[in-house]
Amino acid sequence: MVRKKVVAMLLAGGQGSRLSVLTNRVAKPAVPFGGKYRIIDFPLSNCVNSDIDTVGVLTQYEPLELNAYIGTGQAWDLDRNSGGVFVLPPYQSSQAGRWYSGTADAIYQNIAFIDRYNPEYVLILSGDHIYKMDYAAMLDAHIAKKADLTIAVRPVPMEEAHRFGIMNTDADERIIEFEEKPKQPKSNKASMGIYIFSWPVLRKYLCLDEENPESSNDFGKNVIPAILNDGLGVYAYAFDAYWKDVGTVQSLWEANMDLISEDPEIQLDDPAWRIYSKSPCMPPHCVGVDAVIERSSITEGCYVGGTVKHSVLFAGVTVEDGAEVLDSVIMPGASILSGAKVHRAIIGENSVVGKDAFVGAERLPEDGDYDTSLTDDITLIASGTEIAAGSRVPVGMIVNTGVYGAIEDEEE
Amino acid sequence: MRNDVFGLIYTGESSMQLRDLTYSRSVAAVPFAGRYRCIDFVLSNLVNTGISNVGIVAQKNYHSLMDHLGSGKEWELHRKHDGLFILPPFVTRDNTGIYRGTIDAYHSVMGYIRRSSQKYIILVGSHTIYSTTYDDMLKKHIESGAAITLMYNEVGKHHPDDQFNELRFALEDDGRITDIQLNPNNPATCYSFCDTAIMEKTTFEHLIEDAYSRGETDFIRDVLLKKVNEIPMYGWRYDGYVGCLSSLSSYFNHNMNVLKREVRDDLFNPAHPIYTKTKDEVPARYVGDAKVKNSLVADGCVIEGEVENCVLFRGTHVGKGSKLKNCVVLQACHIEEDCELNYAILDKGCTIRSGRKLAGYDSFPIIIRKGSVI
Repeated sequence: MVRKKVVAMLLAGGQGSRLSVLTNRVAKPAVPFGGKYRIIDFPLSNCVNSDIDTVGVLTQYEPLELNAYIGTGQAWDLDRNSGGVFVLPPYQSSQAGRWYSGTADAIYQNIAFIDRYNPEYVLILSGDHIYKMDYAAMLDAHIAKKADLTIAVRPVPMEEAHRFGIMNTDADERIIEFEEKPKQPKSNKASMGIYIFSWPVLRKYLCLDEENPESSNDFGKNVIPAILNDGLGVYAYAFDAYWKDVGTVQSLWEANMDLISEDPEIQLDDPAWRIYSKSPCMPPHCVGVDAVIERSSITEGCYVGGTVKHSVLFAGVTVEDGAEVLDSVIMPGASILSGAKVHRAIIGENSVVGKDAFVGAERLPEDGDYDTSLTDDITLIASGTEIAAGSRVPVGMIVNTGVYGAIEDEEE
Repeated sequence: MRNDVFGLIYTGESSMQLRDLTYSRSVAAVPFAGRYRCIDFVLSNLVNTGISNVGIVAQKNYHSLMDHLGSGKEWELHRKHDGLFILPPFVTRDNTGIYRGTIDAYHSVMGYIRRSSQKYIILVGSHTIYSTTYDDMLKKHIESGAAITLMYNEVGKHHPDDQFNELRFALEDDGRITDIQLNPNNPATCYSFCDTAIMEKTTFEHLIEDAYSRGETDFIRDVLLKKVNEIPMYGWRYDGYVGCLSSLSSYFNHNMNVLKREVRDDLFNPAHPIYTKTKDEVPARYVGDAKVKNSLVADGCVIEGEVENCVLFRGTHVGKGSKLKNCVVLQACHIEEDCELNYAILDKGCTIRSGRKLAGYDSFPIIIRKGSVI
């Protein structure tokens, strides 16, 4: 086996329950983002653009969609003779078989995978952020400092620092203290959950961590504090470009809207740093004779006959003549039929909003009580849902799979 | 998958009729419908029929074609067994490398044809656009006992303005072809050849060897026309959309026709998708005061101006205050501010500086050569 300098391990495990029905049947990294991407395209493209060609994707929640999406890795040029992209689910061995109990345990259970490539360094990533980052530059810093561990950090507003894992550093960027959600933060350098370890160091501490029955097998809680306690060289690497967590309905909506803002903070059309994704093989989108489109992002396979303002349309979306889409994110294959309105909503894959239906309608007293703790003012329609013709879905409501509003119609 | 048939695409057609569009590329590599190249259609048709062995006869200007096709992985033709074979001209004791006609070209790739293990061959050109599978045509070929089955569609009877290697068939009720006319001034029938033929490989080998030995050069003129009453040729009628790129205005019109829903639904049927090389462009962005109506817009476009009845290929930028009407704008053109364009075809990578105005006419769209700065 050809030796690899660095192997990336992408922690894609979590269900992402704060994304509500969007992760009904898919793991968070496979959630669509930005018109033609899925969240995982960002870390994968960053890897490829940083010359990292061996990536393990660790997942244990609803892997089908993610597996099917990654395929051979061809879309990211990761179909390699040596290396490439691998989906690594939990497995049974002769001793035992168990789920990944924590982030560190997920890597521990795949030590054999990393050992195959005998790398000098291991890059740990998570699959729930939108950002463009040159991991090669971070690796250069790691090597220059002769570090055992380098942690990517970004500045957050001091008044919000108490919500993050905060790194306190000396003048040389060496981390002297790590505080998880400190009440009195001493710095504003928040961990991004991106780590570069020298592989022998990580390997040793993963094994130590596994032997400790008290440990919850988590990088932030157990492994990194242990390395710091032992006085190893742990350095911060500052990153100060666009970085957005898309772990909640609101933040996913916002990050999509960031792409169509007047002066976007993140440019995806940089030829030197392309974001790759799997092509759906559809023709360019078509705009109808009476269409009105303002400040929007529209991609292949779409048809727009009606009005689309300040919205992101994914591949194969239909907005029929006379339909209206405002401030919304319409995921692949969804249809908005004629006369329907969609305001400030996320419409899941292949859902249909029936004729003259209104998604995101003003909340009325007769709508009764419903939970908006996950959605706030974003109305959310799960994938594969049908909103019956003429029905109303009030602001912030979550509609789960099935048919919505049909029974009410019959009563009328 | 079908193990009994392979495809051979001829890409050496004379390309004068497309003027500057084929200045540096073969017809097969001419961009079409926002993100495709002409060859994507026939190549996808073959792949969607389940064919895994496709040869492409390249003749001239084939660099951009090879760049487009690569290893064939977008069409799933990067195979261990069979796959995509690009067959450029080469010089040997028997070959000059320069083909006098299709017979020469086919004769020079006889080695590939002999090595192909399939029983039937589908012979297609590259300047005809349609989207289907060949299953029905193959079935008809086998059932009818034809030596050659030729695909045709029904067109107007009147003399076409832009005739280019056009064949018209006279047919009997059972589909047997009784007469063929080449570029008739006054066509006797409405049945026009769609540049697609099926026969047994051995029949094809025999016909080519025989014609070559007599010093003949053109497969249509010297084989099909001469042998129409000698060997059984049958027609297979195709009723879907057919776009023959026989002139610059037909190129323009067929691009514009993609704006019609029925044409789009016919060409881009999800049951047999059209594959092409992906460029990983970002979705198109509409910014500022963009106004777009009745247009096809590919990914990577940024639109700030007004666009009506246009086909915009990947990565086109339409600046503020610019007005585009009835235009076909190929990949990566940059139209700056306050321009006015009407009935224009802009080849790849053109720049139109601020304030410029260009206009053609519907019967005579103007063509701006690749990379021009105006």
